[in-house]
Amino acid sequence: MADKKTITIAIMDAPYENARSTTTLRLIDLAAKRGYNINVFAYEGAVLQPFAAQTPHANAVHGRSVEEENHFIPKDAIAALMREAEKNGGKIDWVNCGLCVDERGAANAIPGVRRGSPADFWQLSEASDNTLVIATR
Amino acid sequence: MAKYLLIESRDPFDSNDTRFCGDLARQLAAAKNEVTLFLVQNGVLPVRPGARAADLTSLAGAGVHVLADSFSLKERGIDENRLASGVAAAPLDVVLDALAEGAKVIWH
Amino acid sequence: MKTLSIVESAYRATVEEQDDTIVWIHGAMKGAGADLALLLRGNAVNYLVQRQDAGGLAFGDWRQTQPPRIASDLAALAAKGVDICYVAEDVAERGIERNELINGAQPVPRGAIAELLGRYERVWYW
Repeated sequence: MADKKTITIAIMDAPYENARSTTTLRLIDLAAKRGYNINVFAYEGAVLQPFAAQTPHANAVHGRSVEEENHFIPKDAIAALMREAEKNGGKIDWVNCGLCVDERGAANAIPGVRRGSPADFWQLSEASDNTLVIATR
Repeated sequence: MAKYLLIESRDPFDSNDTRFCGDLARQLAAAKNEVTLFLVQNGVLPVRPGARAADLTSLAGAGVHVLADSFSLKERGIDENRLASGVAAAPLDVVLDALAEGAKVIWH
Repeated sequence: MKTLSIVESAYRATVEEQDDTIVWIHGAMKGAGADLALLLRGNAVNYLVQRQDAGGLAFGDWRQTQPPRIASDLAALAAKGVDICYVAEDVAERGIERNELINGAQPVPRGAIAELLGRYERVWYW
């Protein structure tokens, strides 16, 4: 098994807006499988990724019910990744930037998400083996 | 000698700024650093033979490892056994490996 | 009103949405009786490639069971009577062979786009 590492990732995109969100989750999934500790600093629209009120829908264009559509819901993927990390001896520390939360009304997040600030991003990064910033455009 | 991983998510059809990563990779390689350019998302669009891959082939010739994310290729129906010269398919693990090894990793 | 939609943006959030949302909304509008045509340009021409495959993604114990199938969606639109065109040079510049594309889509030379627009009462750009 690979040596345990701590990685910090900063993200900015709201869900359902850009392929960066999917690639980020793919990276976190790989890190979770390796048992890494993963810090995620969600900035700007990314604070909506773990928003607890997301709900799936049917897809009438494809004739699929809610169950059949099994629509991708970011908060559920994030919760699954938190379980995956823990199963492999790691942890995901998801920090939502507080002011970004306030202006977007995004306080209702899934368990395991905490409120923070840019100072947290700096401290997490300082305490990590490496940091990746995935900025929005 | 330092390790660099430049992740290119943009494509030259949509963005003039893909030159940034290409030029940076070339400069870093010329300075004897170990440099990998990892194409992801639409960044893989130029890797079909006959597409705008000349810059990528040239980078490979200059000592840059040019890799394309396997899932992004599959998602776009690009045959990973038929890529432009100098480009190889690779899993996203490359990014995590680079982070774990302490490389300087930039997402563009 | 006969409407031409020009679609350029490609793979923006297609895995999350499990569709391309612009192709999808045109399916919904067609279902509601709209008179539509599509012109794919730029990177969106890649949506016509039959062998696209976004399947197999999983995040932890969540598995995606309905990945986007954009080429099929466009073929379905064509079968419902939506004219699907694409800019021929954009396909060639991306190294895509015509035999990789779905049936039913028509090439339009870049120089003929202006004339194409003239055939529609409304033009939307996505």
